[in-house]
Amino acid sequence: MNETTLLKMRGIDKSFPGVRALQKVDFTLNKGEIHALMGENGAGKSTLIKVLTGVYPKDAGTIELEGAGEVAIHSPQDAQNLGISTVYQEITLCPNLTVAENMFIGRGQGVLTNWKQINADADKLLQSLDIPARATQQLSNCSIAVQQMVAIARAVDMDCKVLILDEPTSSLDEQEVEKLFGLMRDLKEMGVGIIFVTHFLDQVYEVCDKITVLRDGQLVGEYEIKDLPRVQLVAKMLGKEMDDLSDIKGESDEYKGNDAGEIVFEAEGLQSDAGIKPFDFHIKKGEVNGFTGLLGSGRSECVRAIFGADRILGGKVKVHGKEVKINKPIDAMKNGIAYLPEDRKIDGIIGDLSVRDNIILALQVMKGFFKPFTKAQAKAFADEYIDKLNIKTASADKPIKALSGGNQQKVILARWLLMHPEYLILDEPTRGIDVGTKVAIQKLVLELASEGMSVTFISSETDEMLRTCSRLVVMRDRKVVGELSGDDLTQNKIMATIAGGE
Amino acid sequence: MTKNKGNVLGVIKTIASHQLFIPLLALVLLAVVNLVNDPSFFEIKDVTNNAGYIVKSGALITILDYGSELAILAIGMTLVTAASGGQDISVGATIAIAGSAMLRVLCGGNSRPETIQAPIIVAFLVACIVGMLCGAFNGMLVSIFKIQPMIATLILFTAGRSIAAWINNNELPIVPDPKFAYFGGFIPGIPIPTTVFIAAICIIIIAIVLKFTNLGLYTQAVGINESSSRLNGINPTFIKFLSFVILGLCVAVAALIKVSRLSTINYSVIAKDIEMDAILAVALGGNALSGGKFNIWASILGAYVIQFLTTTLYKFNVPSDALAAYKAVVVIILVVFSAPKAREYMEMFVKKLNPVRKEAA
Repeated sequence: MNETTLLKMRGIDKSFPGVRALQKVDFTLNKGEIHALMGENGAGKSTLIKVLTGVYPKDAGTIELEGAGEVAIHSPQDAQNLGISTVYQEITLCPNLTVAENMFIGRGQGVLTNWKQINADADKLLQSLDIPARATQQLSNCSIAVQQMVAIARAVDMDCKVLILDEPTSSLDEQEVEKLFGLMRDLKEMGVGIIFVTHFLDQVYEVCDKITVLRDGQLVGEYEIKDLPRVQLVAKMLGKEMDDLSDIKGESDEYKGNDAGEIVFEAEGLQSDAGIKPFDFHIKKGEVNGFTGLLGSGRSECVRAIFGADRILGGKVKVHGKEVKINKPIDAMKNGIAYLPEDRKIDGIIGDLSVRDNIILALQVMKGFFKPFTKAQAKAFADEYIDKLNIKTASADKPIKALSGGNQQKVILARWLLMHPEYLILDEPTRGIDVGTKVAIQKLVLELASEGMSVTFISSETDEMLRTCSRLVVMRDRKVVGELSGDDLTQNKIMATIAGGE
Repeated sequence: MTKNKGNVLGVIKTIASHQLFIPLLALVLLAVVNLVNDPSFFEIKDVTNNAGYIVKSGALITILDYGSELAILAIGMTLVTAASGGQDISVGATIAIAGSAMLRVLCGGNSRPETIQAPIIVAFLVACIVGMLCGAFNGMLVSIFKIQPMIATLILFTAGRSIAAWINNNELPIVPDPKFAYFGGFIPGIPIPTTVFIAAICIIIIAIVLKFTNLGLYTQAVGINESSSRLNGINPTFIKFLSFVILGLCVAVAALIKVSRLSTINYSVIAKDIEMDAILAVALGGNALSGGKFNIWASILGAYVIQFLTTTLYKFNVPSDALAAYKAVVVIILVVFSAPKAREYMEMFVKKLNPVRKEAA
């Protein structure tokens, strides 16, 4: 172990039933270093953090700490005793206690507590870290940023050597972020090693020294910040090399009806409570377009806003040029908009209901509460789409949860196709399903578009987007930062736009 | 031979996994116990009642009579359970409120009126409105304010009987009209308890509603996956709210029967603990108390089985105070056996027994 090395994780393996979350991941942290841990959602960042803090036991690998040698961390308490502290995105302190109480609670000062002394100590620490809070103030009276800083101060006071900041900036405004960065730099001076997990590229380049990139549970590499330009970082996270220029636009007929080019849906300054900046958007008849950006960039939130799935805060929406109100999903459905959600389990399937009920659900809701389909009608609909989409199920009466992921997805797709929407939104329809079904879904999208349906297609795999979409809206940090079409639709261009800045 | 055996086992497994299996099995068990103990349990005699009419009498008639009020409540409780994944524990107290409101209308605030002050139908409609308002109050807390159903309904559970007493200034009015006693007793010339007909009407109504609306589909969808239901255009808040209002209506019907039985009310004991029996009926019917898929017929059957159990316990001279303890045993068995963990253990147990046979095959 090098003498500046603080933490050394080697060959960390962690599996969950059905997923290998981490495979032979190495991670090294030096004293006085701010080290960004980057990767898309599901890349294994949080799993690695949770292994380090003792939330999950590791399957294999070693963790070495400066001065302690190889350590076994079985619980968060162990981690804390070893000087590893974590500050999470959500505040985990007690809002109705004072700042000092929060800083010293649960640290066993014995039976009698000298609050005077503690308050004085707390004030001293707060001052030395330049945190704008008083010891006797109730925590809930502080801003979120200050609360986070108090959490950090608590960690620092517990002799923490390794400080993990898990997405600390997502609920802070710019000035608050600056303050937090100031504090991080101070701690760095003091020799604390900081692991910084974030989705915001700008912030990484502002404050970090090193970057470790994970992808699909594997280590991509460790880089000095100056050696890794943004575009390269995005490429590393997505797993695409910049020189990989193979653009593979699918060969399909374009829609050639009389009304081709008519704008089917148009949004102006649309905004929801999911934290996206207001955005403009439109789609033409027979067009396939998509939202792209890193996970967490707000692409799902955009389509959810279009469908009225989140609470709408403002903006104008036009369908066929006529202004309409879409405040909840049923409004969107009545305007011919269908939405296949990103998270199949939480937002898509109704697990215990049969495949048949799952297929007819949306159309049934459109038809109305007092007009249920007869058994024969429902059966006919279900059988038609089971056949059309080649859904593999023993019978239409089987509960949907008994099906494989790909077949569940086809059932949800069938649900929306049965509605014969004019505008179909597919959010990650190909995630977690087998390759065969992926290709089938992409083909289907192009086929539907050639018949005049407008489709918005979102996928984490840029290949798929390039293959299906003729126009891409690019998002970064929850706002639309560009739009690409025609010759601009290349991997390189997309990555450059996602990275921005340079 | 082995193959045949396997088939038989398969058939048994299919039958055993049917939702009506448990309540039917319980029913058969209870019937056998009574048959062994005292076959006269099943006798139905003609007797002359207080009003001078010949009516049927016997343990089975009692079960039908009291099981019917439970069955009516089980309908509403099933819907509430399915939609909200929780239970309404204020049923007994809201019966007191609705019943008290009915008495107030019938007696016009006078505790010993000469004649009824309003038609029975008006009094009943008022009770319906009051019951639905109580349901709406519970439903609002659960669906809009997202309070756990048991906690939300704890409010009326606690306050309900006081409210009921307050409606009639803590007096106990007596309904003078003998016709009012028909609902919880017998209609002259008909030897079967009226409650059976009232329950039949309720069952027919809910059957029609389930057939001609999407109440069943929506309720199950909301109970299974609220988020997904919303994205399919269903309004989960409204569906949950509606289930409580429907239960409120069931409560009003039960209140009519309960008050009619005595032609008056006893605020502190009327329909006491009936919510527990109604919840038990839902559970006995094999419906998950955590919500989702439901079978209302199984709940209704469950209600009669519960009453069968109660009547059986009385036959064994169990004092009414101790009744709850005996029922608790049934609840424990039911809850433990329907828990997924118990099934896991049972499967493990079966597997332990089976490997020998598998190898032999």
